[in-house]
Amino acid sequence: MFDQFDPADDKMLQVIDNNGKVIDKERMPQLSDDELLKLYRDMLFVRTLDFMIVSYQRQGRVYTYPPNYGQEAIGVAAGAVLRHDDWLVPAFREMGAWLAKGVTMKDIFMFNMGFEDGMRFNEANHVLPFSVPIASQLLHAAGIGYAVKYQKKDEVTIAFVGDGGTSEGDFHEALNFAGVWKVPVIFVVQNNQYAISVPVKMQTASLNMAIKSKAYGIQGLKVDGNDIFAMLAAFRYAHEYARKEQQAVLIEAVTYRKGAHTTSDDPTKYRTAEEEKEWDRKDPLRRMKLFLEKKKLWSDAEEERITEEYKKEIDRQFLETEQSVKYPLEDAFKYMYAVMPQDLRDQQIEHEKFLQWKNGRK
Amino acid sequence: MKAMNIVNAINDALDIKLKEDKNIVVYGEDTGFEGGVFRVTEGLQKKYGAERVFDSPLAESGIAGTAVGMAVAGLRPVIEMQFCGFIYPAFNQIISHITRYHNRSRGRYRMPIVIRLPYGGGINALEHHSESMEAIFAHIPGLKVVVPSTPHDAKGLLISAIESDDPVLFLEPKRIYRAIKQEVSEEKFSVPIGKAKVLSQGTDVTVVAYGAMIREVQKAMVMAKEAGYSVELIDLRTIYPLDKETITASVKKTGRIIFVGEEPRSFGVGSEIMALANEEAFLHLEAPPKRVAAFDVIVPYPRGEHHYMITPEKIFYEIERTVKF
Repeated sequence: MFDQFDPADDKMLQVIDNNGKVIDKERMPQLSDDELLKLYRDMLFVRTLDFMIVSYQRQGRVYTYPPNYGQEAIGVAAGAVLRHDDWLVPAFREMGAWLAKGVTMKDIFMFNMGFEDGMRFNEANHVLPFSVPIASQLLHAAGIGYAVKYQKKDEVTIAFVGDGGTSEGDFHEALNFAGVWKVPVIFVVQNNQYAISVPVKMQTASLNMAIKSKAYGIQGLKVDGNDIFAMLAAFRYAHEYARKEQQAVLIEAVTYRKGAHTTSDDPTKYRTAEEEKEWDRKDPLRRMKLFLEKKKLWSDAEEERITEEYKKEIDRQFLETEQSVKYPLEDAFKYMYAVMPQDLRDQQIEHEKFLQWKNGRK
Repeated sequence: MKAMNIVNAINDALDIKLKEDKNIVVYGEDTGFEGGVFRVTEGLQKKYGAERVFDSPLAESGIAGTAVGMAVAGLRPVIEMQFCGFIYPAFNQIISHITRYHNRSRGRYRMPIVIRLPYGGGINALEHHSESMEAIFAHIPGLKVVVPSTPHDAKGLLISAIESDDPVLFLEPKRIYRAIKQEVSEEKFSVPIGKAKVLSQGTDVTVVAYGAMIREVQKAMVMAKEAGYSVELIDLRTIYPLDKETITASVKKTGRIIFVGEEPRSFGVGSEIMALANEEAFLHLEAPPKRVAAFDVIVPYPRGEHHYMITPEKIFYEIERTVKF
């Protein structure tokens, strides 16, 4: 597949068109009806959860949130190939992959409500916490790749970054280390066209993002990130290749951030309604829905019914989380070190004495 | 027992730990085949293989960042930054991840990473090769910062650092890498992190120093003795967590305290020691606490470095002024 989609030719892997019609039968993944429906439901769930969190933010019940809207196919496709022991190194906009790896809604809610506890991911295996300093997490993926290779384990790592992240030095260093060390890591650039307000053409003069792979001696692939089948085909192929060949891969997933960068951002300031409309036609859920409707596997009524079901469950768990969280003083201290230095303990005790005094004043 | 300098002692500690624990990997720029520009890791690649002791691409952020991933996946990386002045590209990985991962993951992922860092001046080097910027690192929550002054402590502290489940910045006083030879046990032993050592008992003034400055203070103490001043010398050995008890007890006894360091004076380790003396021993003080540290300037190039470096005479001068205050 790498030969046929040489990034130097700027070809993009695409399996269905904007009307949900299969245009590359050869690369269409073999999927049962149940598997097809699961993929769509997973995307729908991510979209519903995403909308709900944005509305909780508007109600002042969670803090700043970066929506996934428009990019659901990429995370869901990654989640479909990640095995239990494979590693997920997130950026912060690939919710489908987190959920597939066992990150719970409660984790996500807690994190967005302002609790580090939400990043412990108790029920997930091999998922790193979200990484805020852009692209710095890619080096962690290269390090995991080295470790699993050294330990002779069969574990692949998928690491995410955005288009803006490709400008960072750590992007270069991570791909360079991974190339030199020959480690089974798939780097995924979600090229959603904007880094907050800065368009992708101001990030790079490269022909595309995938072509950067060539500088590091690794394979690269440009994929339609709004085409769930293309993403799945690409991930399956890259996963197999990374495992078998013990090599890194760079995947560029071309997509569009339909929402804001975060709930603090207003995209109408830096992009046009025409542009947004154009990308509406390429929406990943819309395209898969048209595909499923042609196969008579899906309907508006079904969509409405299941969305309501999701909303109810999301809201139930959100309320449950809201009522159970607390942040005692000790939580600010106790995880700073594996073994807490006495001085830090003393700082906590000193503050507790103040609190005692303060409570005594009332 | 075997006569070792600091270079031999660090090499010996790495050798012992590499033999003992397969999860330990050692890497950095020139660290593998050549054994490092200071030859500290010499012979280790040959003994333990290029999978465990190796040269990385020339990228400090890459070295530190990949160590995070290795630690997450169960390894215990010992990484080398070639010179203190080259660590800054790795600063983001240190302050944003290495020191935060344990907290961010609520204890799920530990960061048993040792960052070896040759530091300090007095070696007639190019720019960026003589800095003593340990205070920047001691200021970062989540990090431990240690610095030996003898071969014995270098070996024992490095073993403790490698066994620590928390990240440790291990400063190596390169000026005295080969200056001191000492009989050191060839067996495994450790020097605890967080414990200073009283090197000489005294009654007139407490001097707190570490690393290459210990030797300079000891030279000043010969002059002080001749002048009739009794100096208590504390080798800090660990900058963070600071051994407040040892310093406080000493200053309460002597009533005077001087910090000696080759770091820029303001907002430094010395400032912290001064604050400690004031907070914990205020009523015992008979003279103002004093910092004998470098100027707040960039380390001058070799021909001007003598203006910058702390000399025994300068230390003696301040000891005398403090005792006579």
